[in-house]
Amino acid sequence: MADDNNEKTDESRRRFIKNTGWVAGGVVGGSLFGGLLTSQLQDEPDTQTKEKETTQTLQEARTFFSRKEDFETLSAATERILPEDDDGPGAIELGVPFFIDKQLSGSWGTNDKAYMKDPFFQDNQTYEYQHKDTKQHKSGPNTSSQAPSSVPRYQTRMNRGEIYIRGLRRMNEVSQNKFDKKFFDLETDQKDEVLKAFDNGEIMMRGAAGVTFFNLLRQMTLEGAFSDPVYGGNKNMAGWKMKEFPGPRLGYTQEIESEEFIKKEPKSLRDYQS
Amino acid sequence: MAKKLDKVDVVVVGTGWAGGVISAEMAKAGKKVVALERGDKKNLQDYTGEKDELRYIERFQMMQDLSNETITSRNNIGERALPVRTQDEMNAGTDTGGGSVHWAGAVYRYPPYDFEIYSKTVERYGKDKIPDGMTIQDWGITYDEMEKYYDRFEKTAGISGEEDPLGPERSDDYPNPPLKETEPIRLFKNTTKDMGYHPYQVTSANVSQQYENPDGETLNACQYCAFCHYYGCDFGAKSDPLMTVIPTAQKHDNFELRTQSYVRRVLYDGNKANGVMYTDTETGQEFEQPADVVVLAAFTFTNNRLLMLSDIGEQYNPETRKGVIGRNFNGQMNITFLGATGFFDERKFNLYMGAGALGGTMNDFAADNFDHSDVDFLNGGAIEIRQYGSGAIESNRVPKGTPNWGSEFKKNANFYANRNLTIWYTSAIMSWYHNYMDLDPTYKDDFGDPLLRITNKYTDQDRNIAKFGIEKCKEIMENMGADTVDVDEVPDEFDHIYQGGHYAGGVIMGDDPETSAVNNYLQMWDVDNLFVVGGSAFPHFPGHHPTLTIGSLGYRAAEGIEKYLKEGGQLVQPKQKA
Repeated sequence: MADDNNEKTDESRRRFIKNTGWVAGGVVGGSLFGGLLTSQLQDEPDTQTKEKETTQTLQEARTFFSRKEDFETLSAATERILPEDDDGPGAIELGVPFFIDKQLSGSWGTNDKAYMKDPFFQDNQTYEYQHKDTKQHKSGPNTSSQAPSSVPRYQTRMNRGEIYIRGLRRMNEVSQNKFDKKFFDLETDQKDEVLKAFDNGEIMMRGAAGVTFFNLLRQMTLEGAFSDPVYGGNKNMAGWKMKEFPGPRLGYTQEIESEEFIKKEPKSLRDYQS
Repeated sequence: MAKKLDKVDVVVVGTGWAGGVISAEMAKAGKKVVALERGDKKNLQDYTGEKDELRYIERFQMMQDLSNETITSRNNIGERALPVRTQDEMNAGTDTGGGSVHWAGAVYRYPPYDFEIYSKTVERYGKDKIPDGMTIQDWGITYDEMEKYYDRFEKTAGISGEEDPLGPERSDDYPNPPLKETEPIRLFKNTTKDMGYHPYQVTSANVSQQYENPDGETLNACQYCAFCHYYGCDFGAKSDPLMTVIPTAQKHDNFELRTQSYVRRVLYDGNKANGVMYTDTETGQEFEQPADVVVLAAFTFTNNRLLMLSDIGEQYNPETRKGVIGRNFNGQMNITFLGATGFFDERKFNLYMGAGALGGTMNDFAADNFDHSDVDFLNGGAIEIRQYGSGAIESNRVPKGTPNWGSEFKKNANFYANRNLTIWYTSAIMSWYHNYMDLDPTYKDDFGDPLLRITNKYTDQDRNIAKFGIEKCKEIMENMGADTVDVDEVPDEFDHIYQGGHYAGGVIMGDDPETSAVNNYLQMWDVDNLFVVGGSAFPHFPGHHPTLTIGSLGYRAAEGIEKYLKEGGQLVQPKQKA
């Protein structure tokens, strides 16, 4: 029941936005929600509308990023990676920034299962290693079950959480140097220019490659948008709806031979396990 | 101080297919047997209700924790190797059943050519066809000798399949019929049939119907639920050691499974293996487990490293090309499984349904099934289409030219989520004098023991066979009617990513102790009561998935161990090269 309510709120929210014409103009585009979020944090009036607009849950508070500014930078960056468009919501509305915040506060963020022993060489060889680009789904025996993202190349003594903090602050530095503004205050194409510089391996950070940070950022944005909603992203299963992905099901013995595509409304792990 | 335990007949390191088969056979034969597993105790319940792509695929729930131990990797002799630090870059199985629980389940018998690759290549093309530095050799066993072990393992695992029209002779049918056909598989089969090829259904350990194996273990029918490869099966419908050989062993009081038992040394007196030393990772207590026979049946990396740490056998040296331990490292890396992806603008497929080994395949370009006189490589591979069942995170494939992120990416990723098919070539990987394993001089584990170091680079053979396969896949995909066909690029060099779990060699089998570590019973030439079983025994990597051969070699080794316990001594007369 709760889910149905959420979905309705979500729909009405989208109608609201459409009616007010906020998404119509290309100028606002992806930074819309970044802006919304910023203004919200600045304690704007009319709490009721806001609740509806963002369908916020009680879990949506920061547990990893202490500086608001870091989180705003993160939100704005994820929204450029997966922007809101006619197909459906973007990263912010899907809950991706909070997903990343939660992931980084756990064992993934602290690299519990990674080999983090010395020495960590910082030389040409490491530089080359960190800038190798292999898509996980392009080769090797697991080709078909891997996400199409670059394998993060790891030769730094910082853990993932630390890389994020350094990376986001470096993004703001680069933005300041280039455009004299914080990343989240940039125009859409300026934001893209900064992100591209990280993606292309042009930015170095102290102790790590900018591209290592970018690959993590891109990977985790996709994860937040399309993993089970239990982790805080893929809000209202809106990511799955865009892909016509039905979520975990018992099985498809009766349908597996079908010639036609069979569309199903998504169900979550909560439904499956109960 | 290590605590010394009572002696047993057989101690087995590892509980995957190899260790599981040996444990079951020894238990059934009434031997006192202890199996040691570094990971946790698991059973079916641990995997029921676990359909979670983030946890299992992105966060590697079932993979080895690398914080204590990983490998280091480099391309060339003389370079410094860097540790492979994260599970994104390296994953190997752990916990009861090992990598055999999260596997996809595709099985192929290796063809006669691969077992006698040196002799058969020379016979058909002459010695000059084998390039300088390629160290392929006969396996010391023929397909005909392997056939009964293949048959035995297929029955234990309840393998579901139909006969390969180009396959080697079989003594019996598969115990279960093939899995169902899907639209992409039908499209692949019809297209390749029209092209004059010989497609058939991928032979599968996802079981097509409820089945009781000869040991009395029951497997359930596959539900095509898609959460398969990288997951444990929800229903006990994917054959693995947890559903078969481990419970078979556990029916006998003379079998004991000890988990959280991290084996660190083989106790070796220069002549015999007297047991193993391990650390209980829950208490930190060290134990010595004495045994009449020691079986290393862990992953390739562990089998090699334990021999090196225990100083057993002569370490291979690429400069002198002498020594055997660590020789002929091989496996499927980023130059294998390359092919073509088709994007279909007008068709949607049910890609969210599937099973690990659900697919179509053909062996027209496998092994020596085609004439190599005019091509610039040896061996071949299967061409496959697979319908694993895609998760939503992985459903982000876009045609070439689409940016990696941003609005165009999102649009195409959503549009093509159910409109793309991939076919690939599982090319063989040959062995070379410069690809090997030894201990790393710098990096250590928590106990202070050196990590395993891998030295591996590509040759023209690797690049040429990959190019050939991609071309074939492209032709097929075009005929399948895709609107856009993207082909994979051939990588210049090995990229130090060890994602697939298909790594082999280093303790290879053969008929000559100069060039092999174990005989065709997987018994060490140097140490009669030490058997080293698993992918570590592959002298090269044939052009098909490895698991069926690993499980079947388990039966071969089990037979050898029983023989040794009765008669003692070397079971095979070594053949010295003329």
